[in-house]
Amino acid sequence: MNMHTETQLTPAESALADAFAKRLSDLPGDEAVTLQRDAAMQILKRGLPTRKVESWHYTDLRRLLNVVPDFDRTGAPEAVPVLIDGSLRMVVANGRAEAVKAPEGVTVDRYSKLLPKGELSGGLATYDGDDTVGAINTALVSDGYSIAVADGAEIEQPIELQNVHDGGQSHTRLAITVGKGAKVTFVERQTGKGAALVSSVGSLKIADGADVRYVILQEQPDDVSHLGQFQAEIAEKANLSLFIMNVGGKLVRQEVRVEMPGEGGHFELRGVNLLAGTTHNDVTMVLDHSAPDTTSTELIRNIVTDKAHGVFQGQIRVAREAQKTDAKMSCNTLVLSDEGEFSVKPELEIFADDVACGHGATVAEIDHAHLFYLMARGIPEKEARGLLVKAFLAEVIEELDDETLVAVLEQRLEDWFEQHG
Amino acid sequence: MLEIKNLHARIAEDGTEIIRGLDLTVKAGEVAAIMGPNGSGKSTLSYILAGREDYEVTEGDILYNGESILDLDPAERAAKGVFLAFQYPMEIPGVATMEFLKVALNSLRKARGQDPLKIPEFMKLVKDAAGSLEMNLDMLKRPLNVGFSGGEKKRAEILQMKLLEPKLCVLDETDSGLDIDALKVVADGVNALRAPDRAMVVITHYQRLLEYIVPDSVHILSAGKVVKSGDKSLALELEQNGYAGVIGKAA
Repeated sequence: MNMHTETQLTPAESALADAFAKRLSDLPGDEAVTLQRDAAMQILKRGLPTRKVESWHYTDLRRLLNVVPDFDRTGAPEAVPVLIDGSLRMVVANGRAEAVKAPEGVTVDRYSKLLPKGELSGGLATYDGDDTVGAINTALVSDGYSIAVADGAEIEQPIELQNVHDGGQSHTRLAITVGKGAKVTFVERQTGKGAALVSSVGSLKIADGADVRYVILQEQPDDVSHLGQFQAEIAEKANLSLFIMNVGGKLVRQEVRVEMPGEGGHFELRGVNLLAGTTHNDVTMVLDHSAPDTTSTELIRNIVTDKAHGVFQGQIRVAREAQKTDAKMSCNTLVLSDEGEFSVKPELEIFADDVACGHGATVAEIDHAHLFYLMARGIPEKEARGLLVKAFLAEVIEELDDETLVAVLEQRLEDWFEQHG
Repeated sequence: MLEIKNLHARIAEDGTEIIRGLDLTVKAGEVAAIMGPNGSGKSTLSYILAGREDYEVTEGDILYNGESILDLDPAERAAKGVFLAFQYPMEIPGVATMEFLKVALNSLRKARGQDPLKIPEFMKLVKDAAGSLEMNLDMLKRPLNVGFSGGEKKRAEILQMKLLEPKLCVLDETDSGLDIDALKVVADGVNALRAPDRAMVVITHYQRLLEYIVPDSVHILSAGKVVKSGDKSLALELEQNGYAGVIGKAA
């Protein structure tokens, strides 16, 4: 299979086409899956998106993803210690899911076992012609997990999904359904060693009245391109709290696509992006309030230093019938260096007439008066700056309301600041 | 302990000269009052002593125990024992007051070659100091100065002064925004810290504070320099004749 575009292919585009061609025979999948893959490949054939494509305006993927490493599945990357003690660990290493014993109330299948069965093609559909992350993943996905939490199950043990690599390429899927009234916490870890292209798509369907906490911690090394997509559908009176922390990677795009088709559903997004070096980190959210009485809050806090560039695009769409929607989005950034940069694009698209929606964005430096006050009390400059950075993020992290998690994430912040502050 | 010699300083951003040839000497154990009309450079002097970057010293020197401190940053000055009680203490959301006090105290201890305090020792120290200032401990559980009343902020400043045990205390309009009861509590707190090895520079617009903190010397600041010095009777003279009368005579 060859890619034909009007312009010359970039090395990355050629590599993706080659990867697909070479691996076609060993990618599992029934006929429907193969058709999906071909369709996805059509999207890629047009070439990677440039800044001319609206949703990629601040992240010129064609320019930024210029090299893609070959597949190399010879290594055996090691899993990492779990974030919350006592969690059930499920590991996908270099795109291969390990067998796992699920706790009561949870059913787990390996994605590679399901792909040839002809049941998954729908789940592999891309959103639209711009869904580049979905297309790359659909075309190349090799494994992952399918997880079902039973109706009414209250799973106390957090489930930690680790996607680890030791270089090369890894394309993983997580497909999760949470039954009516169930309660569960998921932690998604994205990490590894060595230069890599990682794509990871997770989908979460939450049934009526269920309550889900989902934490994504992305800590790729600084020679990794990471393309993540998180999809969720929130049914009636169901609740989803999503926390995303990005601390690493060379090029990171984390997409969040949430649909709220159930009355009285609630969604919370809390995001912390710690950006240093030359990293380019893009969090792009599209949120659909499509039923009445749905509520959401989105709060993103960013620290940018060195020559890092951060992006947050947040689009909230409120359908005509989604009356009484209450949605509040804010994105605040602290820039610590002269060359750090952050781009924010909030968008509200409202078709209902009785809603409360708002957004706000700020980009600021450390307040010199605050810094002076702390230093005048004998706190050395670096420590004083650290206190102020921690204070800036405290609201978002402490809101997690889970002491272990708060402590672990604060430690991550301290380590990061120690190295980059 | 403190010698300010022919100090000239300006606002770094726009070059406006505020301090124009200021001379002042304060000995160990002395309480010196600096008085002056609005715009005479009182607050600027306090910021320059503490090392705020927004001001540039263009001439002269500040000697503390015989050494120039102009090249030291605010934290280094604090480590040597300089303390500024702010006229307007900063509200810093997200920084817990207790955490701030602990970090500040242990930073100073580290700089002075002492071991960090253990939590129970630290708690006892804060509790005792807060009690003597009639402060509610619940206040210290809040973020630093956030939602504190004017009086609470000033008490918190004196609490910090007590805990950090500085050698040169600069109090910038500590009386502003205080009612008479709060003023007494704060003044008692300051008086309790008077010591033979500690100097205080008390900056104020009104004579009122000096009834409670009785100074050893009074210096009148006008247009960025000391135009008249005297003992505590100078403050009373000011009270009677106003700045115009006294400064007029000096000039």
